[in-house]
Amino acid sequence: MENLINIFLDSVFVGNILLAYFLGMCSFVAVSKNINTATGLGFAVIFVLTITAPVNWLIYSYLLSPGALKWAGFPEIDLSYMKFIMFIAVIAAIVQALEILIDRFSAALYAGLGVFLPLIAVNCAILGTSLFMVERNYTFVESVVFGFGSGVGWMLAIVSMAAIRMKLRYADLPKGLEGYGITMIVTGLMAMAFMLFSGITM
Amino acid sequence: MKITRTKSFRTFIDPVWGENPINIQMLGICSALAVTVQMKTAMVMGLSMTFVVSFSNLIISLMRNAIPRNIRIIVELAVIATLVILTDEFLRAYYYDISKQLSVFVGLIITNCIVLGRAEAFALSNPPHLAFIDGLGNGAGYGLVLITVSFIREFLGSGNLFGVRIIPEAFYAAGYEDMGFMLLAPAAFIIIGLLIWLQKSVIED
Repeated sequence: MENLINIFLDSVFVGNILLAYFLGMCSFVAVSKNINTATGLGFAVIFVLTITAPVNWLIYSYLLSPGALKWAGFPEIDLSYMKFIMFIAVIAAIVQALEILIDRFSAALYAGLGVFLPLIAVNCAILGTSLFMVERNYTFVESVVFGFGSGVGWMLAIVSMAAIRMKLRYADLPKGLEGYGITMIVTGLMAMAFMLFSGITM
Repeated sequence: MKITRTKSFRTFIDPVWGENPINIQMLGICSALAVTVQMKTAMVMGLSMTFVVSFSNLIISLMRNAIPRNIRIIVELAVIATLVILTDEFLRAYYYDISKQLSVFVGLIITNCIVLGRAEAFALSNPPHLAFIDGLGNGAGYGLVLITVSFIREFLGSGNLFGVRIIPEAFYAAGYEDMGFMLLAPAAFIIIGLLIWLQKSVIED
């Protein structure tokens, strides 16, 4: 249990998928202009990550990792190089399903997320979480917690960024620094603040 | 006709500077920053990216009349993922140490917005040779930003370039200290922010 809490806290704060590993920057910069859209996308990312991480864990452990096909009678086969293409296919399928569901049940959210929903499929944070999970040899339960935690961390970052950018609208910035430039610098300052959590261990 | 006026040259040079994928279009920063602590990893990442984006552009452009519109994204992803797997296996076989340092970031080229973006925006509507050059230009523009950022970070952060000590020991003896902050994640964000500011100001003048 302690281990799980540690993984959760680490993925939300210290090892924040966006602020420490720079994943999911494209949609972060594009969507953080508006706080409502940012919140919506944040929830969508949490949802997709919590599903894709364990699903990809199952696929990797029972189909792809070295010796995983023992149950089918092929103990010497190693398909782990296939993980990129399998993970991305799983993610694309789940995002597609989510898009259909949101369209059916919440027209407002669907209109708000608009073009960004399909973009979740190519959001580096989603694939990155699955790849980190493999690299760090998490178990099934750990992968669920890690997926959920990464999603929460990503949402925390994008919602705070959207709030900061709302205030920034009234700031008098030098020309050229407006827009993307200042967004990156503010993200840097936020990343510094998040690094302060690194002393915390359970 | 001067070479700077040909279409191929423009296709190459636009993404390197005026339409730089990272600094101007804000694409593909995801994987760009994590590998910039050292120049060596940044350069390998830049080369891998150039390889993937130019060949994915070439292959997709060759197939552009054969791909049904509805399933084009999945076809593009399959082409890109295949190229990324090739790159990853190549690095793992010949440059194992660097491949370990790059960790998951080579794999993340698949979801790099630059590759899919160029496939969608350029390769689907242009002939193969132009698409290939466009890919080279985008890879070069991406690599250039990576190398600039990693130059600043490695030089200020550890006093090295390509792992070779540049700042003489006498400086350290005289009280000079490396700026440890440069090696941490926030520094990358701030440097990119400043570079964007610089490039935008220069372009507007």
